[in-house]
Amino acid sequence: MISHNFRRALLPIATLGVASMVLTGCASGTSGTGGPGDAGEADGVVTIYGTIADTEAELLEESWADWEEANDIDIQYESSKEFEAQISIRAQGGNAPDIAIFPQPGLLADLASREYIQPAPEGVAANVAEYWSEDWAAYGTTGDTLYGAPLMASVKGFIWYSPSQFAEWGVEVPETWDELLALTQTIADETGTAPWCAGFGSDAATGWPGTDWVEDLVLREAGPDVYDQWVSHEIPFSDPAIVSAFDSVGDILLNPDYVNAGFGDVKSINSTPFGDPARALGDGTCALHHQASFFDGFIQDPKNGNATVGPDADIWAFVTPSAEAGGNAVTGGGEIVGAFSNDEDTIAVQEYLSSAEWANTRVALGGVISANNGLDPASASSPILQEAITILQDPDTTFRFDASDLMPGVVGAGSFWTGMVDWVNGKSTEEVLSTIDASWPSE
Amino acid sequence: MSAFLAWIATLPALAQIPLVLLAFLVVIALLIFFIEIAPRSGRKYTIIRAAACVLIPTLIFLALGSVYWAAGAAAVFGGLFFILDYRSKQGAGYLFQLVGFMSPAIFLLAIGLIYPTIQTTIQAFMNSRGTRFVGLDNFIWIFTQDTGIRTVLNTVVWVLIVPTVSTIFGLAYAVFIDKSRGEKIFKVLVFMPMAISFVGASIIWRFVYAVRPAGQEQIGLLNQIVVWMGGQPVDWISNSPWNTFFLIVVLIWIQTGFAMVILSAAIKGVPAEQLEAAELDGTNAWQRFINVTVPGIRSSLVVVLTTISIASLKVFDIVRTMTAGANETSVIANEMYSQWQGFEVGRSAAFAVVLFIMVLPIVVYNARQIAKQREIR
Repeated sequence: MISHNFRRALLPIATLGVASMVLTGCASGTSGTGGPGDAGEADGVVTIYGTIADTEAELLEESWADWEEANDIDIQYESSKEFEAQISIRAQGGNAPDIAIFPQPGLLADLASREYIQPAPEGVAANVAEYWSEDWAAYGTTGDTLYGAPLMASVKGFIWYSPSQFAEWGVEVPETWDELLALTQTIADETGTAPWCAGFGSDAATGWPGTDWVEDLVLREAGPDVYDQWVSHEIPFSDPAIVSAFDSVGDILLNPDYVNAGFGDVKSINSTPFGDPARALGDGTCALHHQASFFDGFIQDPKNGNATVGPDADIWAFVTPSAEAGGNAVTGGGEIVGAFSNDEDTIAVQEYLSSAEWANTRVALGGVISANNGLDPASASSPILQEAITILQDPDTTFRFDASDLMPGVVGAGSFWTGMVDWVNGKSTEEVLSTIDASWPSE
Repeated sequence: MSAFLAWIATLPALAQIPLVLLAFLVVIALLIFFIEIAPRSGRKYTIIRAAACVLIPTLIFLALGSVYWAAGAAAVFGGLFFILDYRSKQGAGYLFQLVGFMSPAIFLLAIGLIYPTIQTTIQAFMNSRGTRFVGLDNFIWIFTQDTGIRTVLNTVVWVLIVPTVSTIFGLAYAVFIDKSRGEKIFKVLVFMPMAISFVGASIIWRFVYAVRPAGQEQIGLLNQIVVWMGGQPVDWISNSPWNTFFLIVVLIWIQTGFAMVILSAAIKGVPAEQLEAAELDGTNAWQRFINVTVPGIRSSLVVVLTTISIASLKVFDIVRTMTAGANETSVIANEMYSQWQGFEVGRSAAFAVVLFIMVLPIVVYNARQIAKQREIR
């Protein structure tokens, strides 16, 4: 009897098994419909979506609070660490925010070329022309259309060190890349331990700090023109210039005598969260660390031991030296503000965010800088940020945006990151580069 | 539909839940109404049909405020109910009944499965913008680069390991606790992971595998045990190729409960007479298990194996949550999603088609097993 009942129950169970096949996925297409057209309505609410989270997000909301009052527009900011993944899904699913703050111009270009993003309104275009250099304006431009204005900026490629330790070992801040290698060897001899620490760990984005290393070396060894060709894929990753940059990075990061101070062997770079070297720097177990200007926040975090940052403090930084002495090229990052809607309220918010007024308000609140020329360097809250603004506003500086952020998302936020991880794990440079090239989007 | 969702989104969060549930129930009620009640014969049902003829267009008119829609709906439903009414008076013909009963399911399948399958297959042969056909380029791309091949191979590894191990564990457990005291509690213990979502399970296991540099306090259970044993902490989920196996453990942990419950029920269905007869013939417990119990539950074993195989073929959440496909752990479903997210619709669809082709034999086998079951009955 039981068996008979069970047999009868089998059919639905098996049917369920078949039915679960239904769930084996189906991709949905995008359709080119000739521009996004009119979207959004002037209802007094503007939604903004971005990556900026926690304390930074609170400061962001504080920066526009007065303006909201004055203009009677409610800005609703929503942040997500999965922004890069979610924004394209929301756009393709017809559920986009009014405005999105893109840390990757490449992602903005992806969306713009698929006609999801509104061209920049006149007021924004005027602000961009007035306050930003042509380089920066180009990051918000796809084809011949300007799609958005930059927001904030950061300078990458700082090398953090302890001035007092340097004095103790009798070494100077290096002027060239070769001097940096010599300095590394000297410290290794002096201390008998690895001088460098590095951490590539960042959950789903693991590997990104490695791309900053490579970008710095491409810009400093091969120059800005080759860098631009590399970004636009006129030269592939397997090009000798890029291979040479990887090899130079490998001279430090793949050398077991030079890494990973305070964390273990070369492979431990991948498993070390990118913020952890701050502690090793602070307590002196690690002498040198390569990371962008935002890292002073991590170094001064009480959780990491409260080290101070400044020219005469515990920890200070110099810009990664070029191949030749007197180099002035830096890489950096930033955000571009793109809009999915074109109603009056959205346009008003976009214009405000692209103004010098907003830049000064936000920078005065501390922790960030902007490449807006209307910015007063005195607004910056810490020595490293003042240093960064000085670099950004110096007319002699050759500034280049972070290459991985300019590349299409599948590479810049995908195969380039995982490629760096594989490379540290011991995969050959050649193999890693051909894999990244193979993942470049088809046309 | 989107207007309704947009309206719901403006309400407070707690008010949204009952409304969404209510909308869901209304749709289900409508389906049941059309399948169960509408085609019946008798005066009562005729009245119900006549009322529906008036009510549905009225509701549509109120909801959409458009006379044309209401008129269209009235024409469609009026015609439909007239035919149903006419047929039900004379006792509906078999073919008509078949169509009447099947049409909602066929309609849902058509928009939810058949159309997307065709669309995805077409996209797999087109470029990323869907503007021109590129032949087999997307498939060539998958099978000519390391990561693509690796992705397919990983999926194969999942499908080979998860169903076999889960079924063996589930069967062994079911046999050992059969007729023991506290059987219910033992069952609940193993079945509980089934109730945890894949993402939740992945987060739990990520903590189990978490690693801290040697000398620091380990927050991961597994590494803490390793350190207590006097070893060095291991980074479980970033060293290929073993990391894939550590991810597979998560799915086995989830699926073993499912296998155990079904197989336990099947074991209870093996006739006691056969077991007794075997015992009188002088067999030992192992021989009885292999020669009597296993053939007796063969059909359930097949169902469990095929169901878990399909589940492991489309595994996505575990890989996405734990490694996001880094360190050579990616599987087809994850790669499909990543490519789609990067606007590579063609390559994403090609991955989907590869997955579809891999699922097909399992589904066909499963369907044939069900047909066999029918014959036995």
